[in-house]
Amino acid sequence: MPGVPPQERPALHVEGLDVTYGRALSALRSVSLTVPHGAVVALLGANGAGKSTLLRAVSGTLRLHRGTVTAGLVRYGDTVLDGRDPVAAVRAGVVQVPEGRRVFAGLTVEENLRTGGLGLGRRAPEQVREARDRVYTLFPVLAERGRQAAGLLSGGEQQMLAIGRALMAAPRLLLLDEPSLGLAPRMVFRIAEVIREINAQGTAVLLVEQNAGMALSLADHAYVLEVGEVRLSGPADDLARTDAVRRLYLGDDAGDQGAA
Amino acid sequence: MTAFLDSILTGLALGAVYALVALGFVVIFKASGVLNFAHGSLLLFGGYLVAVLHDDLGFAGALAVAVLATAALAGALDRLLLQRGDPDPQAAHVQTIVTIGVDIVLLTDLSRRIGGDLLTLGDPWGDSVTRLGSVTVADSRLAAIAVSALAIGAVFALFRHTSWGLSLRAAAEDTEAAALMGVRLSRVRMLAWCLAGALAALAAVFLAAFPAPGLERTTGQIALKAFPAAILGGLTSPPGALAGSLLIGLTEALAAGYQSELHVLGEGFGDVAPYAVMVAVLLVRPTGLFGAKGAARV
Repeated sequence: MPGVPPQERPALHVEGLDVTYGRALSALRSVSLTVPHGAVVALLGANGAGKSTLLRAVSGTLRLHRGTVTAGLVRYGDTVLDGRDPVAAVRAGVVQVPEGRRVFAGLTVEENLRTGGLGLGRRAPEQVREARDRVYTLFPVLAERGRQAAGLLSGGEQQMLAIGRALMAAPRLLLLDEPSLGLAPRMVFRIAEVIREINAQGTAVLLVEQNAGMALSLADHAYVLEVGEVRLSGPADDLARTDAVRRLYLGDDAGDQGAA
Repeated sequence: MTAFLDSILTGLALGAVYALVALGFVVIFKASGVLNFAHGSLLLFGGYLVAVLHDDLGFAGALAVAVLATAALAGALDRLLLQRGDPDPQAAHVQTIVTIGVDIVLLTDLSRRIGGDLLTLGDPWGDSVTRLGSVTVADSRLAAIAVSALAIGAVFALFRHTSWGLSLRAAAEDTEAAALMGVRLSRVRMLAWCLAGALAALAAVFLAAFPAPGLERTTGQIALKAFPAAILGGLTSPPGALAGSLLIGLTEALAAGYQSELHVLGEGFGDVAPYAVMVAVLLVRPTGLFGAKGAARV
């Protein structure tokens, strides 16, 4: 989009970020990462590498885990996000779908979707309807189950609801924390399609995954986190060919897994 | 038969007022995980304000001021004292203990002011009664039922239809997920405390009205009866609190009405009845009447 001023094409910048839990446990060390406007960026790494911590730092939920940013900064466009509360991120257009889906099990599907708009305060009814129609078009199954308790949905449907809930805030950047976790291969394929479609509609995606095959097939650019530091980064296609990534995350039959 | 109907009406009126208090417990617990032991003192604070202000402001004006002031006090208590520091859910235990301290401070001061007096609240019902067929009811009791029904209906509507209600229910299920949606947890929580305070002030009026002799320093202890009502209902369920309150109110009124028949249980069984019912229900349903969440797929 040439000619559009940069502040209307904001990118997420994480620069030299250090995060510590409980004043002692260092979880991230000088991590830098960029998610350009409209891009899909994958963040790979094993359990405990610090992937979720990075998302917490962006979304402002570190405090709920007794974590603090001790150095560096997180900024989306001109908005500084580190040290702010989660509302700041949502208002800036950065919305997270947490690991494990975390839908509100006792609320109906429709109420869950309504919670997605809570951070934006009062909105015009047609804006809300527009956002909901977009979600229902993307996930027709949610429209069918509108009045059902979210806890009764299958795992895959709950993941769709979690994504739909985040889309209700009309994000410009979606943070997805392990959306494929615990899902059947068919459903993983479906979620990948959805991510592609959301991105095609103009929303940037930061995709945190252990399923490297799926993530690298979607992403333009990827980062590999290891014990709190960025170990590798580069265009997704290049990384998929890197020996280290193949060995650590893809196994030898990397090609098959990428298609799963 | 008349005695029975009489007991039922009394029980409904008592239950309706307990429900105002029990809903306060539930709303606070749902929003903050804190059992508010200062609730009785908040109630007494509201009643005391009505008592000292009604001469100047009239009953309605005094009630309005008392409701707002008690709401403000409860909200301030949460925001300034309980919400300081640690957002860890575990901190709710510590905050619960803090409310015991707050209760002692508030109660001591209010007791000093009230002393041994019986304060009248200047309510418009006085000791007038209405005859419904063969039954005679105090107007204050009919008012208690009507006003409580309205207030409780309003609270339920707030829960269902407002952003605040949705935020509170979402946060009660998953605090972090709610935060990620942009729910302002501290504000949602403070408003819950305000609402509970307002309900407590409203309850104070009916607890001090005829046939009670007036407001005394022990009026706040009534919160102790609404407490089993809230537990009975499952502590996180507003409809449960309502059902529990009615059950407790009816039990208490029936036990008092049929005291002579219940003589084997000793004098004053009506006072213990709420706890007896609570224990009996919890033996059968350990999570309370409405405490068990609907089926959830894991």
